[in-house]
Amino acid sequence: MRKNLNVIAAYSIMMALIILVGIFQSWNVALSIFNLCLISAVMTMGANIQWGYAGLINFGIMGYTALGGLAAVLISVDPVQEAWRAGGFDILMCLWLIIAMVFAIRFILKNFEKSKFRTYGIAAIIVAGIVIIRITAEPGIEAIEGVNPAKTGFLGGFGLPIIFSWIVGAFFAGGLAFIVGKVALGLRADYLAIATLLISEIVIAIIKHEDWLTRGVKNVIGLKRPAPYEVDLQTTEWFINLVEKFNSGKLALISNLADRQAALNQMVIEGSTVFVKLCYSGLFLIVVIILLILTQKALYSPWGRMMRAIRDNEEAANAMGKNVVKQHLLIFILGSAIVGIAGAMLVTQDGLFTPGSYRPMRYTFLIWVMVIVGGSGNNFGAILGGFAVWFLWIEAAPIALFLINFFTAGMADTHALKVHLIESVPYFRYLMMGLGLLLIMRYRPKGILPEKIEIK
Amino acid sequence: MDFLNAIILLLNYIFIPALTYGSQLALGAIFVTLIYGILRFANFATGDMMSFGTMVTILFTWYFQSIGISLGVLPTALIAIPFAILFMIIYMLFIDKFVFKYYRVNKSPPVQLAMVSIGVMFVTQAVVRIIIGPSDQRFFDGEKFIIKAREFKEMTGLNEGLALKSTQVLTIFVTIVLVSLLFWFLNKTKTGKSMKAYSDNEDLALLSGIDPKKIVMITWIIAGILATIGGALYGLDKSFKPFTYFNNMLPIFAAAIVGGIGNPFGAFLGGYVIAFSEIFLTYAYKKFFMYILPESMEPESLVQLLSTDYKFAVSFSILVIVLLYRPSGIFKGKVL
Repeated sequence: MRKNLNVIAAYSIMMALIILVGIFQSWNVALSIFNLCLISAVMTMGANIQWGYAGLINFGIMGYTALGGLAAVLISVDPVQEAWRAGGFDILMCLWLIIAMVFAIRFILKNFEKSKFRTYGIAAIIVAGIVIIRITAEPGIEAIEGVNPAKTGFLGGFGLPIIFSWIVGAFFAGGLAFIVGKVALGLRADYLAIATLLISEIVIAIIKHEDWLTRGVKNVIGLKRPAPYEVDLQTTEWFINLVEKFNSGKLALISNLADRQAALNQMVIEGSTVFVKLCYSGLFLIVVIILLILTQKALYSPWGRMMRAIRDNEEAANAMGKNVVKQHLLIFILGSAIVGIAGAMLVTQDGLFTPGSYRPMRYTFLIWVMVIVGGSGNNFGAILGGFAVWFLWIEAAPIALFLINFFTAGMADTHALKVHLIESVPYFRYLMMGLGLLLIMRYRPKGILPEKIEIK
Repeated sequence: MDFLNAIILLLNYIFIPALTYGSQLALGAIFVTLIYGILRFANFATGDMMSFGTMVTILFTWYFQSIGISLGVLPTALIAIPFAILFMIIYMLFIDKFVFKYYRVNKSPPVQLAMVSIGVMFVTQAVVRIIIGPSDQRFFDGEKFIIKAREFKEMTGLNEGLALKSTQVLTIFVTIVLVSLLFWFLNKTKTGKSMKAYSDNEDLALLSGIDPKKIVMITWIIAGILATIGGALYGLDKSFKPFTYFNNMLPIFAAAIVGGIGNPFGAFLGGYVIAFSEIFLTYAYKKFFMYILPESMEPESLVQLLSTDYKFAVSFSILVIVLLYRPSGIFKGKVL
């Protein structure tokens, strides 16, 4: 108990802050912060597995998040039959071509000695393959994008419940991580960082511009939900009764019957949004807890010890007969898969998929700030980092506004400097993140909750 | 005649824009490579440092414009740049003293320094956005074109026009002068040679009496000059927007690594490799083929290898290929 005092204290403060937001701003805001904190926590856990356990630097978090989001679209949206009829055949042909290409390359890699000839042969196959695929796909893509472009213009998905996408998202992200890992994992740490960052940009470029698959920057809106809709709730008997019961004290004070009904209606509307958010919170909390248990178990298992050994001294671990390359690839895939889950969760919560919104600042660097601030190598630290940094990211604007008003209290409201500062309030969040990161790196380089290894 | 038209077409749409863009990338890439070679970390704040330098240039330009100083046909920004460089150098040395020095003295691993540079990136980005805002700023004045497309057509009687913007000529000219000066400095002067020595082998350099503090200071000064000029030229040619500058960091990194990180000459060429391949692969050659092929063979499609949406992706793919087959870059890196 004593040992974990700082963990408990840190989490209590965090929860208290969110509750304070609930009391002073509104429960709606507090819950949306809480939900995004949970999603951030999942992303941070993914990055933490790679960085904290194995020392692998992955600046491609944005790409895996987006792939998770894509999974949510492909799983939940109903298939667009007309588009399938129009161009589905061409697309399937291309899929076969890609598979054939991969097998051809594998065949060459296996059966021929490494030589210049082989390298050029593979390059030729890839170039020819791309040209053939483009020629085959073009009419199909055009036909698909021509089908009712304002509403669909893409193939749609499988029409399954969106919750499945959380698993599929993990597989998508893991699959990408397998390819990236095969390509880039041998590189030195800072090269790996740059390579993953750029690969994630390529992924985003593809998602943004392949309209037949993702609708691109036209966005996919109105995705299915795992939680009830507010409008349905507001007319449901048991929900109204629940709200009435919950607020019976307040309602009893209003004597006029019409007023009382109006007040109840207002409460039901407010209550329904809060209830929906609570549903999401519950789902996300389950994911976080499952992942936490798994990652904690892994950390203290022989496998976790081996990972730390590899992280701390690669050569020694290699000499002990551990397959460093294989383990690196494995952990890279696992971490990215977790980030993929978070990406699917994010799209599930928003109910829309906006490829244009994936930017490295928000989805890569911010997550890294969370990992570093929270404490790399410590799962509780990673989750706390996700919570604390996201909380600050959202609440930075009000805090900055307060500080500006405080320091410029002597100036007239029309003073140019004051007006300018108040206009630029949204950008103070970057300042706070940067300063926070720099201060933590300098004075507490292991994060708020540092990694501690107990030998049991 | 058709053949001439085709050449002018390529000059106008591929060669000149790529040369300009390549010069802008090259300056940034040399900046990245210098920091990597001497201070030994990947500087993720590159784009934002350039945007900071450009912002200062813009503020000085506005000031000069307001008091009525101008260069006539040349942009006023040219007078503002030296002042901005001075300011930028102070900013760089300030950051180094309060942020990077601690980790350098403690001999932290490069990854930690890269993380710290992310902190600097956040702060610089915030400062730029708070001071000048996130929106587009144009600060170009003076004569916009040296040759206009229409004038060129009238002059030569060709179908294709050749437009030459003054910013394009300015960018290429300034880059060549600056890079030649830099290579002269690195290869011929004593300080430059000691920088190379320091980058090559730190311990040996220290043993032979090279003062590391001086080397680091000069590196930041050169970095400040490159960042300001590179950023300002990009801003003059296109326009200044903090977010674009942040994004430009990615092709700049690609250029530095393709050229062999730590090798300034490689970075210089890497900038052009990236720029040319981006534009070559995404240009629609239909018109070009219409000129050089007989009418019966004219292509129907756009003859575009990749759609322009994938411009950035091209440079990143080149980077991935280079990393796979030649991780030290086209020109062996790691030595100044």
